[in-house]
Amino acid sequence: MSVTGVLLCVAALLGISVAAAPNSRKPWANFATYGACALVCAAALSFAVAALIGSDTSTLILPLGLPWLGMHFRVDPLAAAFLAVVNFGGVAASVFALGYGRHESAPQRVLPFIPAFLAGMNLVVVADDAFAFLLSWEFMSLTSWALVVSHDRSAETLRAGLVYIVMASLGTLALLFAFGILAGPDGQYAFSSMRAHGLGADATMAVLFLALLGAGSKAGIFPLHAWLPLAHPAAPSQVSALMSGVMTKVAVYAFIRIVFDLLGPIDWRLGMVVIGVGTVTALYGVLYALMQHDLKRLLAYHTVENIGIIFVGLGLALAFRANGFVAAAALAATAALFHVFNHSAFKSLLFFGAGAVQNATGERDMDRLGGLIHAMPRTAMAFLIGAAAISALPPLNGFASEWLIFQAAFLSPAFPQWGLRLLAPASAAILALSAALAAACFVKAFGVTFLGRARSDAAKLACEADKISLAAMFGLAGACIFAGIVPGYFTNLLAPAAQFLTTARIPAQPLAAPWTSLLPVAASHNSYSGFVIAACLIVATALASLAMHLFANRATRRSAAWDCGYPDTSPLTQYTAGSFAQPIRRVFATMAFRARETVEMPVPGDAAPAQFRVRLWDPAWELLYAPVAAAVNFLADRINVFQFLTIRRYLGMVFFALVFLLTVLALWT
Amino acid sequence: MIATVFMLAVQAILVLLLAPLLTGIVRTAKARLLRRRGPSVFQPYRDIFRLLRKETVVAHNASWLFVAAPTFVFAATWVAATLVPTFTFDVGLGAAADLIAIVGLLASARFGLALAGLDTGTSFGGIGASREMMIATIAEPAMLMLIFSLALVAGTTRLPDIAFFVQSPVLGLRISLLLAFVGFAMIAVAENGRIPVDNPATHLELTMVHEAMLLEYSGRHLALMELAHAMKLLLYVSLIAVVFVPWGVAPARGSLMQFTTAFLMYGGKLYIGAIVLALFEVTIAKMRVFRVPQFIGVALMLGLLAALLRLVSGGL
Repeated sequence: MSVTGVLLCVAALLGISVAAAPNSRKPWANFATYGACALVCAAALSFAVAALIGSDTSTLILPLGLPWLGMHFRVDPLAAAFLAVVNFGGVAASVFALGYGRHESAPQRVLPFIPAFLAGMNLVVVADDAFAFLLSWEFMSLTSWALVVSHDRSAETLRAGLVYIVMASLGTLALLFAFGILAGPDGQYAFSSMRAHGLGADATMAVLFLALLGAGSKAGIFPLHAWLPLAHPAAPSQVSALMSGVMTKVAVYAFIRIVFDLLGPIDWRLGMVVIGVGTVTALYGVLYALMQHDLKRLLAYHTVENIGIIFVGLGLALAFRANGFVAAAALAATAALFHVFNHSAFKSLLFFGAGAVQNATGERDMDRLGGLIHAMPRTAMAFLIGAAAISALPPLNGFASEWLIFQAAFLSPAFPQWGLRLLAPASAAILALSAALAAACFVKAFGVTFLGRARSDAAKLACEADKISLAAMFGLAGACIFAGIVPGYFTNLLAPAAQFLTTARIPAQPLAAPWTSLLPVAASHNSYSGFVIAACLIVATALASLAMHLFANRATRRSAAWDCGYPDTSPLTQYTAGSFAQPIRRVFATMAFRARETVEMPVPGDAAPAQFRVRLWDPAWELLYAPVAAAVNFLADRINVFQFLTIRRYLGMVFFALVFLLTVLALWT
Repeated sequence: MIATVFMLAVQAILVLLLAPLLTGIVRTAKARLLRRRGPSVFQPYRDIFRLLRKETVVAHNASWLFVAAPTFVFAATWVAATLVPTFTFDVGLGAAADLIAIVGLLASARFGLALAGLDTGTSFGGIGASREMMIATIAEPAMLMLIFSLALVAGTTRLPDIAFFVQSPVLGLRISLLLAFVGFAMIAVAENGRIPVDNPATHLELTMVHEAMLLEYSGRHLALMELAHAMKLLLYVSLIAVVFVPWGVAPARGSLMQFTTAFLMYGGKLYIGAIVLALFEVTIAKMRVFRVPQFIGVALMLGLLAALLRLVSGGL
């Protein structure tokens, strides 16, 4: 039932895409396309939630694709959970784009690709055989690539597009090999037959690493993330939100589908690998983010961080499952899935906010913004809620899911293996570090962009975003608050998916009374209630305001800022993104990025300005990408010789190739 | 339900009333140790009432966030302080928030405070916000590591349960708890902006952290911020008292006698805590800002060590 519904929605999205292509320059095209996308995604969302509540599995085989295979589609609780996330993000981005898209320089360029991109992401999640999966995966990659490069023609965008397409192809290649191993020698490409036959230890390990490479590069795990902060910000903001908030989740889905579902039992050591990869990703993601002064790039790096948090949850779930602790595994899996939803909500919100800022000022560089809270109070409010949510502050949703991951890590003394017992708390400490760094980073992002005084004329002349964009932002802000206050509702909803992955579920949270607490596992007494915290905060705020109203002197006077008696009139004396991060850079980046600060003072009498430079060294780029790129360039230069040969030599080469192949064939058989 | 609300109200009023007194005792004790007479221990109350009577000045370009932040910071700190058991294990809403949630609430308050520091667009606000967040980035993981070592000992992250476990005779001698105690004390010093991390008595530009964020505040806003700061100190002293010396804390639904002795014991613990803090502060010099990470890093290492010790040997 639900699979048919979702596929109909996919067909409708593809239809919208085809219809939008010739009409994209018409004045109504923007409204019609995004409106239709929002409606179709809302329909798909309702199918997904219905499937999740009913926790039913429905399958469908269409006579498309490979003639002997057909195309298998299936919606099970895991797919339903991710369909819900994809389409929730789809609805939000479409509504935002209804308002935002009108202000773009060339909205018609991206218009046909957005419905196709949404359709591709839905297809990946419902695919139930390797052929359908890889086809939709590649379709999703190519449409998102088109969205990145079609936007504008700057050299930076083209470079982002190049890096992205190379990384996307590499990822697909890795997934192709992973499915090849899973399919076995008989070429069983349907997921149902992959599930049926198990793999040896070596093959399992190979598939896990290939999945980390293939799905992980799309999700943005360190050090494969390098394309992400280039490509995500280059696209228009609704697309950035979709790529960062939703497409990375489809990649997480691919990882879960392959590793949890298709692979069967997994050794605990591989769980350790996933925890380790997630931890490093979380820490490096947030450290990179702290060094940025481009608002959208900062947000893209935070996606890397949050993907790391999700992978830590998944790794814990794998490790617990390998040891047979299904209740703890269910807790970790639920935490990871809840964080998937939460991240898609607040990251979309933050990208919308960044888009609204870019629209109003034409700037993405925080060091040229400032003081926007006066011109854009509502955008600032929504962005603030998103910033607090991503910084894992109670009572918002980011805290609820990170709390669950911490609780899962606290169950680590149960592990019989020493490695896991030590790794889990260490990784919890690093998650706490990355949460604290994220809070610092968002104080910086919000403070430098929205607070203080305007640093440029563009920031001075900004005006508030339009009502539809604001509605989308506040809808997501509401979702962040709601999921933070009654997380039990969401964990209940995600329980069938966690049960599908780990055969157990976390205790059902009593929904009749949402103020009762979130319980991680039945045996422990730990509990957290976002509802009570929020209620207490509201009561305390009300009491404090009332007391101030009754007892305090209410006279308020506006005056110049005091600033220890020496206020400087130039807004350039304010803290910038770089100066705010300077203490943290000194503490962490000296090691992580070999940050070097140099001050060049002119000789006395010289009127030249003094210069302060910071040099950062990107380990992922320098150690992984640059050598590979250099090797490719070197080989290309050498192979280039073959381009200018005479026809005789080409014919000779064909002849020798033929002889060589025939010899090999003769020796082989 | 009524009992819960009543206990909550008792806790809330108690921390609110006692917090300035604790700050006053620390200040007086410091003055005496420096051979000054110092102000009365009730001076912080007078300061707050004086601030409340005064006109509030707000900078021209301050936004609604600057005006709302004191109330939010106060409310978040107040809720967090209310959730820490003081003289009884029954804090009303112990189930709503464990130790991680309390740390989270303090992080929320800090988030609001740092943003308020940036709002007026002055360089001092920026310096304070930036340094405060830098200190927090190390103090928070250290705190979590310490919580983890406690959770390993007691099997829970709920504060009343941890305290109840420490109080119980099964405990014996635990080195991991001792390490955690030292770690907690260091975090408390750092988080409350005391010497050697920050000097609460100075307006010397280059060294201030917390005061720099409050520089633009005045009148009722400043009163709320000062009260929140005092409550945070009370919170940490109560936290250390209830986790590491939980003896004498009244059980839930105890007798009146038990409550009275528990209350007096709590007062005694606060007094000792204040004197120890004052002693510590007068015997040590303020550190350079960039040495602070090393100081808090020690707390992080202590937390790791405590957790490791507990993992390696179940008995310690």
